[in-house]
Amino acid sequence: MKERLSQGSEFPPLRKIGWLERLVGPDNYRALRALVTTPAAIAGLVLLAIFALVAIAAPLIAPPANLRDPYRIPRDGFSPDPRPMGSEWKHNPPPLPFWWRFVMKTDRWVHILGTASGQWDIFYGVIWGTRTAFRVGITITLATLIIGVLVGSISAYYGGIIDNILMRIVDIFLTLPFLMAALILATILVPRFGKSIYPAVIALIGFGWMGYSRLIRGDILSIKEREFVLAARAVGARDYRILFRHIVPNAIFPTLVVASMDIGSYVLSFAALAFLGIGVEIGYADWGQLLSFARNWITSLADYWYIVVWPGLALVLFVLAWNLVGDALRDALDPRMRTIRR
Amino acid sequence: MTAYIIRRLLLLPALLFGVTVIIFGLLQFLSPVERSALYVREIPHTEGAVEGIIKRYGLDQPIYVQYWHWLVGRIDPVTGKRVGGILRGDLGYSRVGSQPVASLIAQRFPATAELALWAVVPIIGVGIWLGVQSAVRHNRFFDQVARVFSIIGWSFPTFVFGLLVLMIFYAKLKWFPPGRISDWASAVINSGQFHQYTHLYTIDALLNLRFDIFWDALKHLILPVLTLSYLNWALLLRVTRSSMLEVLGQDYIRTARAKGLPERLVINRHARPNALIPVVTLAGLMVAGLLGGVVITETVFNYPGIGSAAAQAAIQLDVITVLGFALFNGTILILANLIVDILYAVIDPRVRLE
Repeated sequence: MKERLSQGSEFPPLRKIGWLERLVGPDNYRALRALVTTPAAIAGLVLLAIFALVAIAAPLIAPPANLRDPYRIPRDGFSPDPRPMGSEWKHNPPPLPFWWRFVMKTDRWVHILGTASGQWDIFYGVIWGTRTAFRVGITITLATLIIGVLVGSISAYYGGIIDNILMRIVDIFLTLPFLMAALILATILVPRFGKSIYPAVIALIGFGWMGYSRLIRGDILSIKEREFVLAARAVGARDYRILFRHIVPNAIFPTLVVASMDIGSYVLSFAALAFLGIGVEIGYADWGQLLSFARNWITSLADYWYIVVWPGLALVLFVLAWNLVGDALRDALDPRMRTIRR
Repeated sequence: MTAYIIRRLLLLPALLFGVTVIIFGLLQFLSPVERSALYVREIPHTEGAVEGIIKRYGLDQPIYVQYWHWLVGRIDPVTGKRVGGILRGDLGYSRVGSQPVASLIAQRFPATAELALWAVVPIIGVGIWLGVQSAVRHNRFFDQVARVFSIIGWSFPTFVFGLLVLMIFYAKLKWFPPGRISDWASAVINSGQFHQYTHLYTIDALLNLRFDIFWDALKHLILPVLTLSYLNWALLLRVTRSSMLEVLGQDYIRTARAKGLPERLVINRHARPNALIPVVTLAGLMVAGLLGGVVITETVFNYPGIGSAAAQAAIQLDVITVLGFALFNGTILILANLIVDILYAVIDPRVRLE
């Protein structure tokens, strides 16, 4: 093989091609391989694995007081003054987690990370907030991806006036800054849905899909000219079959990667809305809301630092993990890192 | 180039139309009663008042009629005067601000403009410098640190950062307070002695030769500027760095080096100007973002600008006010985009030729 190269052959050296590479194609395979070979990406994946474990094991790590409404943070009285880390549960403590007795050799259940004003238990909020983060991030990403792919693929496939109309709609949705638009839609939806996670989630979906439709549109425009599409048309396949069975599966990978890496930034936007006080009801286990409790105590934050630091740390690490993985993927897919999306 | 600019200007009405369409579309989620805040302050609690208002302001008419009225205003059948109409500068009545939305924006804008004024130079100057240095020292220590900073900064939510700096520099050290101005300084500013030329406190203080007030206003600005800076540095650093790396790999850079130019000139004269072309877009959008009000940063620091007003209105579900702010915000964004595109044509001949 070396000989052939030295003779100036135009063939690349032969190598074994695994099933995964065959499935996703060489460029995408390179991106996937970057995930397990770049140190930063590995660090990100490890962090994400830890978060996922915490989210799955949340009922074991911090057993809920009310099984029917586990996302509600249990509170220990109603006093506005936060209590420090390690102070004892006084009023209706939730069940003791099994590991506490095991580690601490005591039956005394305490506020491990203290309480926020209103006596909401921070430890519980951070642990269950992980679940909220995954739920919110995955829901928004899936929904925006579906809308974006539908709009983008129909637009690219049919072209002409349909393309023009759909892309102008995309332009119109892009005229407002993302967070501002989401803020408005959430404000409109709160009286209709009540205080829950849905107004913010729907608002972020409503103004989050446009990037994906542009992305997949570009990929489909080139793929729809390929021979296999012509072949499918020649055997008489219908439009929706050609589009969703032949074209989209071949074009979706880059969009899928970008979308999955946006989970972190959606969680960040959701937390920002919750921090502003839009959406979730008070006491819902969400990092953004826990942080908003700190705003009642700005002057004494030096004493009550644990209200900011623990939920803040969880949120930063979560977003950082996604960004570490996403950076490695983007570098692999596009070496010039041209795409910037907020 | 003239043709390009004219083409670009012709696009402007279409974009502005786009903003009005989306805002008006969002308005349609509201009930006619809620939408009546576009025209009246409050609905009297009497029998038939609601129906009367709806009829009087045509809130039951076809949607395109309502859109037209929303744009240019509507002749009030009772008084015969023209009311409402965003093109006339009437954005409705703000329940939260207890004043028309337009005057609320006018009242809040100086604070936001002042913050933007002080934030823009450090953000863009330092951000670009970091990016250029990082590319010039590619893969060396400076570059590694800058990249780590970039990705961490990019992942750090502004509200977490804001709370942390408040914790350290306000609660602990008592150096930089939140808000916009101290009470004593506010009393001086609102007294007859102090002439408010621009409503930007730092500049007014200098013009009045009150350096104590200047220092006080500046102290309130430092933490928000720092918070806005780190995030935008992280972003500018990435974009400038990758653009600069690309330019440094070009043939004409090798030519410049081959003919024996000092490295400083190669970087400053040949590489940097070309690398900054894509950065112009980003910087322009950042300025627009700052002028449109930074919702989260202003809220964290209790800074009375456009952004915190929008957030307050949103919490109290005053949609008319929030939509007014959004309209303002969107318009600024479009104008900034236009300016950036024209600047592009000035600095980059390739754009003109297209």
